Amino acid sequence: MSENGGSKTIRVDYLARVEGEGALHIRYDNEHVHDVQLKIFEPPRFFEAFLRGRDYLEAPDITARICGICPVAYQMSAVHAMEDALALQVEPGVRHLRRLLYCGEWIESHVLHVAMLHAPDFLKVDSAMDMAKTHPQVVQQALALKKAGNAIVRVLGGREIHPINVRVGGFYRLPDRRELLELRAELAEALTLAETLTRWVTTLSVPAFMRDPAYLFVALTHDTEYPMNLGTLRTSTGDAIAASNYEQRFIEHHVEYSNALHCLLDGKTPYFVGPMARFALNFANLHPAARTLASELGVAPPCANPFASIIVRALEVVHAVATALDLLDGYQPPSAPFVTAELKSGRGHAITEAPRGILYHRYDIAEDGRITEAKIVPPTSQNQKTIEDDLRLMLPDLMDLPEDDLRHRCEQAIRNYDPCISCATHFLTLTLDKV
Amino acid sequence: MATTAPTTAVPPSPKARVAVWKFTSCDGCQLSLLDCEDELLAVTEQVEIAYFMEATSRQLPGPYDLSIVEGSISTPEQLELIQSVRAQSRFLLVIGACATAGGIQALRNAADINDYIRVVYATPEYISTLATSTAISDHVKVDFELRGCPINKMQLLEVINALLNRRRPLVADHAVCVECKLNGTVCLATTRGANCMGPVTQAGCGALCPKYHRPCFGCYGPKENPNVSSLANVWRSEHGASTAHVSRTFSSFNTAAPAFAQVARGNGTVNDDE
Repeated sequence: MSENGGSKTIRVDYLARVEGEGALHIRYDNEHVHDVQLKIFEPPRFFEAFLRGRDYLEAPDITARICGICPVAYQMSAVHAMEDALALQVEPGVRHLRRLLYCGEWIESHVLHVAMLHAPDFLKVDSAMDMAKTHPQVVQQALALKKAGNAIVRVLGGREIHPINVRVGGFYRLPDRRELLELRAELAEALTLAETLTRWVTTLSVPAFMRDPAYLFVALTHDTEYPMNLGTLRTSTGDAIAASNYEQRFIEHHVEYSNALHCLLDGKTPYFVGPMARFALNFANLHPAARTLASELGVAPPCANPFASIIVRALEVVHAVATALDLLDGYQPPSAPFVTAELKSGRGHAITEAPRGILYHRYDIAEDGRITEAKIVPPTSQNQKTIEDDLRLMLPDLMDLPEDDLRHRCEQAIRNYDPCISCATHFLTLTLDKV
Repeated sequence: MATTAPTTAVPPSPKARVAVWKFTSCDGCQLSLLDCEDELLAVTEQVEIAYFMEATSRQLPGPYDLSIVEGSISTPEQLELIQSVRAQSRFLLVIGACATAGGIQALRNAADINDYIRVVYATPEYISTLATSTAISDHVKVDFELRGCPINKMQLLEVINALLNRRRPLVADHAVCVECKLNGTVCLATTRGANCMGPVTQAGCGALCPKYHRPCFGCYGPKENPNVSSLANVWRSEHGASTAHVSRTFSSFNTAAPAFAQVARGNGTVNDDE
């Protein structure tokens, strides 16, 4: 921070403990916040361009490479969109295994963020490695829990990062009974670990901030399930939006300071996707193990303090572990690993719930199965404007903080969203200018 | 002449300083380090993590004993940053298909970059990028290239251990086929006529895809001295694959690795009568 007369500048050129590269620029004076810009300088990789001309079966393997943290989400949205284009129905056993696989990614991605990327903010340390000195048990248990999530992805997907077993129509190979029994054994302690982690995060000192105006939450909803693969997109104001109508309602804007496209509802309203949105719109379908714990801990939807997202994220880990155990216990194998499609030209859409929120894919395919056009909208670009608004609303009450504390609070506010910048580029240097 | 014994104990040698850098990538390969759930804390007790933006806010200046680099070079700024990383690092280890071959984003190398920008971005003039995505070794001397999309985390631990202990890393350079034999996996190419890239792809994944009943698609890149054109000819003449299919199969995560690039761009199918 520099101070010249009335103007101040705080600059953090590269935000740590997020996935990818981003910066933040804030311009303000004693009375007003003039401008908040979340800058994404993660280099563009042009996936939507080079998907053109690829075979429809390649989409899950190629789009997984958009993000090493949530490849399963990309694979899920890709296969559902292709199956929509080809009017392909998968067997219930396949859908069962896809939910189990997605639980694995939610666990591994959420625990990474809760315990290793976000918790250090609350403890005012630099990293989980530093936390391991002051809170060794928390870190060791979190690593064990993360490992359990990774075990699910490894067994069903072949490996933790960029799994190789997801196929349009199902899986290349079904897991056998022995593999599932071993996986069940690996998850034996996971529910207790998830509950312990959730109780611990509720002991952290959460900065006070109540969002006003209230958030517009957007998440999938489902009659009986806490949504992952299936459901109808709904907003907290009661709108229901079909996946096929997504691009008409959610409009992307390209702003000069960012390599990620901003996305607004009806081209004007910022919205919030991810655990907080799912929790607000789907609490009734949260697994009873997580719902009971939420009640015991006094956490009820909707949650209006983004700093408490760490608690909601931890509750979703409890949900994902309990759901994974149910899915393992109730698994009935499908008759075949996958069903094949009669190729035809068409357009397919899908929205699934990535750990960070809704992930939209749309593909146009030709008669020979070749992709002619692809459109992908990741969760973080959808949250970008809401993150900026949080900072704009939060800052006036924080001006008296010492400069390091102010900068730290801004970074923490961004990490509330578990931003995935690698995904969003198509994010953080922090600059605070006092004008 | 007698030497004088030190009067105080020699202080233990300081921990090796390790930095982790990201260039153009998906973050998956550096995540592999955080995915070492059983080994991570032991590793961080042995080395000092001096710079690792995905994991820690602490940023210590160089020089570094070991820099681990993920990602390809695809922007003007990265051309300068990689020189600075090299200059500050005793050993430079590059990890993953992006850093060793340019990654899937190197598909732009054979296309018109402006067409690509227009497909994705409404306001192309806001985008600053190079026309190519290239491997780190195209720009600076590297000490070891660890292949894979993503890398194998156990191989990563082995290479870190080897470099810091001044020994040669034990990383096999044979083909995926050898891993299939070790696994007892039935060959998909000979029994089903599958267009499997195993014979020309470096081992390291554990021959995962064939284990899951699908042919290898080459995410670990070319093995040493691969006979790529011969394999492409077999696909075409014996399996009935089209030139377009052969070209597309080689045009993926290691499309710009020289041995794959010739086939990816439709060349290298020698003695072809079609």
